[in-house]
Amino acid sequence: MSDVIISFAKVNKWFGQFHVLRDIDLDVARGERIVICGPSGSGKSTLIRCINRLEEHQEGHLSVDGVELTDDVKAIEKVRREVGMVFQQFNLFPHLTVLENLTLAPTWVGKMPKKEAEERAMAQLERVRIAEQARKYPLQLSGGQQQRVAIARSLCLTPKIMLFDEPTSALDPEMIKEVLDVMIDLAGQGITMLCVTHEMGFARSVADRVIFMDQGQIIEQNSPTEFFANPRSDRTRDFLSKILSH
Amino acid sequence: MAAANAMRSLIAARPAPPRTAGSLSWLRRNLFADWKNTLATLLVVAVLVDWLPFVIEWGIVDAVLRPDNAACRALEHAAACWGVIAEKYRLILFGRFPFAEQWRPLVGMVMMVGLLAVSCLPRMWNRWLPVAWVVLFTCFFVLMRGGFAGLSFVETAQWGGLPLTLLLSTLGLGAAFPLSILIALGRRSHLPAVRAFCIGYVELIRGIPLISVLFMASFMFPLFMPPGKTPDVLLRVFVGITLFAAAYLAEAIRGGLQAIPKGQFEAADSLGLTYWQAQRKVVLPQALRMVIPSIMNSFISTFKDTSLVTIVSLYDLTGSLGLALNGDANWRQFYFEGYLFIGLIYWIGCFSMSRYSQWIERRLAADAV
Repeated sequence: MSDVIISFAKVNKWFGQFHVLRDIDLDVARGERIVICGPSGSGKSTLIRCINRLEEHQEGHLSVDGVELTDDVKAIEKVRREVGMVFQQFNLFPHLTVLENLTLAPTWVGKMPKKEAEERAMAQLERVRIAEQARKYPLQLSGGQQQRVAIARSLCLTPKIMLFDEPTSALDPEMIKEVLDVMIDLAGQGITMLCVTHEMGFARSVADRVIFMDQGQIIEQNSPTEFFANPRSDRTRDFLSKILSH
Repeated sequence: MAAANAMRSLIAARPAPPRTAGSLSWLRRNLFADWKNTLATLLVVAVLVDWLPFVIEWGIVDAVLRPDNAACRALEHAAACWGVIAEKYRLILFGRFPFAEQWRPLVGMVMMVGLLAVSCLPRMWNRWLPVAWVVLFTCFFVLMRGGFAGLSFVETAQWGGLPLTLLLSTLGLGAAFPLSILIALGRRSHLPAVRAFCIGYVELIRGIPLISVLFMASFMFPLFMPPGKTPDVLLRVFVGITLFAAAYLAEAIRGGLQAIPKGQFEAADSLGLTYWQAQRKVVLPQALRMVIPSIMNSFISTFKDTSLVTIVSLYDLTGSLGLALNGDANWRQFYFEGYLFIGLIYWIGCFSMSRYSQWIERRLAADAV
């Protein structure tokens, strides 16, 4: 199974008494694009945050690109270099310019010479169509622009896997499209993507698989066509009827 | 036709708005806005009219500037005797440092103030600045101690006055600042032992007056050392001031760390930055910027607190003034003028720090929008 890049085996996690992930079994193939949806509190963000160890699981096994995630700091560092993440609140560094936000990790983590890091950063900014803002500070940009910068930043270390944690939820409606367009571009380039989102149009057009979670469990997973046309469980049907009703 | 229409629809002229430019208008808005405001203005003016002539007469017109003891005594305190400063300024400024050698602390002090001014400019903040300070302190010590190339040896117990105040402040704060960052980070550490140690340190030191810390550093420390191995008194006091200032600074800095959103740490983690890289490049630059006013508050306190070293027989600026006056019955009575003089020196130091704090805050805020 060399084409499996992420593998969850009986993963369990609790926040105090709250059982947030229950017996998660999930294999993600290299290059696969997965959309994860579900009601709030269902554990979908926690699931992807376990992949780069922003959250630690307490039971079961989780390995990413052949590295098992444990308390081993070296393993965690190795995994984080392979995995990029985009957050709902962008989390850009406000004291650094856009360009400095992008070059920080390549120069310090990747030990890349400054000039090379800047060239690579500019290329990423071109890719998200925002190169002209390179010298500005994040708070001088609109939400959509900031999120595109955040995507470019996470691409600078050329990750094999990209995680998106509700990337458009904090955006004004007219800015959602510019971010989705960038994500669709990215999806066409063979990178493994896991995206927590309620943008069902995005799921339909780019996902290989849609996963529905509720109460810490994976309830249902299927190709988008099947998932939307023939949801198998009542909970999925109920959820879809709520978010697709308008 | 259009013109006629326009004429008919003209609005009647309204009264001109009140003038807001000019000095009369400024006076009205700021000093005589309503009756309370006017009353306050009149009271202040009355006090000034009553006092200003006296202050000017006392301090300038009738004052004796020459170091003429007889003339000063003749005043019978009806006017200021600035002669005491003219007579004693070398002793006040340099303490017990040998009179003929006082050019050495002067040169040291000028170098120190020069580097201090350079260090204030953000564009000088690079890896060479700490190196420059190490070189400066080394030169300062070598020059002050002497004992080579014809320079007579002067033991540290004889150093005093303004150079000592500046040395203890800069060296103490220079050492306390990095230490306080480590303590502030330690208080938020996931490692229970580190956290407990840092909390214990801060709570212990903050619970003790500086004067006790200095006493302990000066008198108790040597008791624990093997006989004949007493560390230098200046070193002991320096350690005391550093440990004390670090506890307060650490709490100021922790306030800033607390205000950094969780997302910043997560973003740094997800990019693969190590703990120290994340602190250094992401967290601390933002946290320190936020707490500049509190940090400067601690700096100002420490600068003035150095005057407490007098109790362990180091004569800083305040101590030297006592030394200069108490030993001389002729001039002892003019202590008020003496304290005004050193008060002015302290005030210049503190006010500069305060203004600098405001400037650097604006300057750094301008960088991030």
